[in-house]
Amino acid sequence: MNIGIQSNHADRAMTALTLRLQDEVFAIDAESVREILDVVPISDVPNAKAFVGGLINVRGRIVPLADLRLLFGMDRPPPDVNTRIVVIEVDLDGEPTIVAILADRVLDVTEIEAATIEEAPKIGMRWRPEYVRGIGKRGDEFIIIPNMGKIFTLEDG
Amino acid sequence: MTVMDPRDVFHQEARELLDQLEEALLDLGNASDDRDLVDCAFRALHTIKGSGSMFGFDEVAGFVHEFETAFDRVRKGSVAISPPLVQVALAAKDHIARLIAEPGRHVADGEAILKNLRAIVSNDEGSDSGDTFPLAGGRVAAADPSPVQTPVQTWRVKFRLAENALVLGANPLLLLDELRELGPCEVRVKTDAVPPLESTDPEVCYLDWEVVVTTNRDRQAIDDVFIFIADGMELSIETVAADAADAADAPAADKAATAKVVEIDKPRDSAGAGAKGGTSVRVAAERLDELMDRVGELVIAQARLSQLAVASDDANLKSVAEEMERLASGLRDTTMGIRMVPIGSLFGRFRRLVHDLSRDLDKEVDFVTAGEETELDKTVIERLADPLVHLIRNSIDHGLEVPSRRIAAGKAARGQVRLSAVHTGSEVAISIVDDGAGLNADRIRAKAEEAGLIAPDAKVADHDLFQMVFHPGFSTAKEITALSGRGVGMDVVKRTIEGLRGRIDLGSRPGGGTTVTLRLPLTLAIIEGMLVRVGRGRYSIPLSAVEECVELPRDAEAANSGRNFLNIRGHLVPFLRLRELFKTRAAIEPHQKVVIVSAGESRVGLVVDQVIGNSQTVIKSLSKLHADVETFSGATILGDGTVALILDVAHLVNFGQEFENRLRDERIGRAA
Repeated sequence: MNIGIQSNHADRAMTALTLRLQDEVFAIDAESVREILDVVPISDVPNAKAFVGGLINVRGRIVPLADLRLLFGMDRPPPDVNTRIVVIEVDLDGEPTIVAILADRVLDVTEIEAATIEEAPKIGMRWRPEYVRGIGKRGDEFIIIPNMGKIFTLEDG
Repeated sequence: MTVMDPRDVFHQEARELLDQLEEALLDLGNASDDRDLVDCAFRALHTIKGSGSMFGFDEVAGFVHEFETAFDRVRKGSVAISPPLVQVALAAKDHIARLIAEPGRHVADGEAILKNLRAIVSNDEGSDSGDTFPLAGGRVAAADPSPVQTPVQTWRVKFRLAENALVLGANPLLLLDELRELGPCEVRVKTDAVPPLESTDPEVCYLDWEVVVTTNRDRQAIDDVFIFIADGMELSIETVAADAADAADAPAADKAATAKVVEIDKPRDSAGAGAKGGTSVRVAAERLDELMDRVGELVIAQARLSQLAVASDDANLKSVAEEMERLASGLRDTTMGIRMVPIGSLFGRFRRLVHDLSRDLDKEVDFVTAGEETELDKTVIERLADPLVHLIRNSIDHGLEVPSRRIAAGKAARGQVRLSAVHTGSEVAISIVDDGAGLNADRIRAKAEEAGLIAPDAKVADHDLFQMVFHPGFSTAKEITALSGRGVGMDVVKRTIEGLRGRIDLGSRPGGGTTVTLRLPLTLAIIEGMLVRVGRGRYSIPLSAVEECVELPRDAEAANSGRNFLNIRGHLVPFLRLRELFKTRAAIEPHQKVVIVSAGESRVGLVVDQVIGNSQTVIKSLSKLHADVETFSGATILGDGTVALILDVAHLVNFGQEFENRLRDERIGRAA
């Protein structure tokens, strides 16, 4: 999975937005991030998959809101002052789609050296390996680089 | 986006002109001596030639020139129009389209077409001019042969060019020269309409001309002078009695003396798309979409303003908000009107399809269309093209029988396929009706059983059985196509129609033909909705589906009674509790309301917590991530900025049925 990153970005670092979900740090390619919002009213979509159970209004555009915590088996406490909504662009079957994801807290924009990114181990992870594009390191901390395209297409099927 | 590639413009224009040409040719096939149609075809050809060479499509210009030259004999009336001629002309039209699409590839084919055309044209002439051939004699009278020689006659030609004619490149001097070529001319110019110098627009043509021309050519020759600028101009041509010609000095006085062949030529090509040229503007489709988006946002912003105004005591704010509401709804209607296109533009395309199919399959087909003026959102029309092609092809290929079998069945040898469109409420119903053999219910049944779609001994109504043909893969195998009478890919048709929030009904009588009816919403963009609340969520129900609202009777409020129906003025109306369907966790509120909606033939009540009111609903489609949620056709943004889902009533009722079935099965399971 992560071969692609390494071959494409072998010579340069990945610029990523890092955010916290429960105890884990996730990194999202900064180029795919459209904007970061405070929590807005969320409309539930009855009978939709729980993972994309909501809709929000992003300046006149109706955008599905996904909760990655559900896929990664985390608790879902109600939003607090640190909760943010990150609006990103994801490629769904070749079609760029705007989706929003919930973040318990948005950390910063950082460079992750390509050399430090490793393929997700097949064992030692509670999560479906397809969801993880790679694991980066910053200091002593691991950073999970989720595979957004896979997450949304797999969950779509 | 504002700068368009001129070649794109040419492509687009050429496409329209070719459509126009094709339509004229097909019409000519039916009514072979309509001069207007010939002129219309000729104008289209000429314009393609002109703009083709302007944009460097020299092959196109070259071919069209040759074609035009040969076709000119037809225009002059020296060759009668015959089916083979129409056939070869259609082939030429296709060739032009290919030349434009793929320059430099098909040049060789052109020669063959031209050779055919020339052969037909000269043959025809041979028989026509040979008056001695007794057989051909009848034709001569209809189409007066070659260089038209009529007695010398004096004509008074009055014309006034369209105001923008000069901008468009017309040169009145050249017109006058052409008239002079016909014979001795007396030209007068009327300057009455010329304004004072300071208010003169140098690009506007203010002059009227009156030309008295004496010629031995016929009226057609005079018409031809104006053929390419006829749009928007005023033209009157009358004969002047020979002795009155001298009196031409007193135009007013001699009016009575002249023969009364006055005719004001309105834009003449009523058949062609050229008629639009007068006052219409060509706008890129994306701009219309953009305009619609903006209006949608305006409507949403206006809803917010109205909400603020209601909450405020400021009388001025209230009046501004009302004014805004009026303006916004006017703007919305106008914008939607712009997007509405008559469906006739689409129907026109199928005539060629039918023409070709009937030739290839050796079936005689009358293609009848009705309701061309019915307007639909342009996006809907574009997306309808493929499904309709499919359905029409099915009707002719599989529906209609071959002539011999039709006669054996006691029907006319010519089959009929009727395509019609009609407004019904907030929907447009498009029907494709053939008088062929009809669907074979037994064969469909056998196939459905084979595919495991129905149990072998299950009782299935014909109506439901016919729906099987929409099942993916049901009709893919070739021999099944031939057997069942419906072709490949009906599931694709169904998907497309459902994508447009429409429905398909299929009806058939054995031996009597098949009727396919597509029901489509008028517009995809904005609807009137009734806003309701269920728990915390707010939902919009399309007002077109709503019949009435009633209070849920106290005794029905208890959730667990075994029956869920109401008595509405003596009629039994089942109802669905939306809070159950939507798994709302909030506590049940007293005084629930029931919104009665019509779903197809039946009426169903939807139990909601509160009816909020009517609102303009700008439909935004849901993303792919929610494609599996069929109970909602889209979402909209409310005045306070939150998102409300729009209920898809038909799907919701189906969903409710399944939900209840499941619930019942569970209950029975538990009891057992």
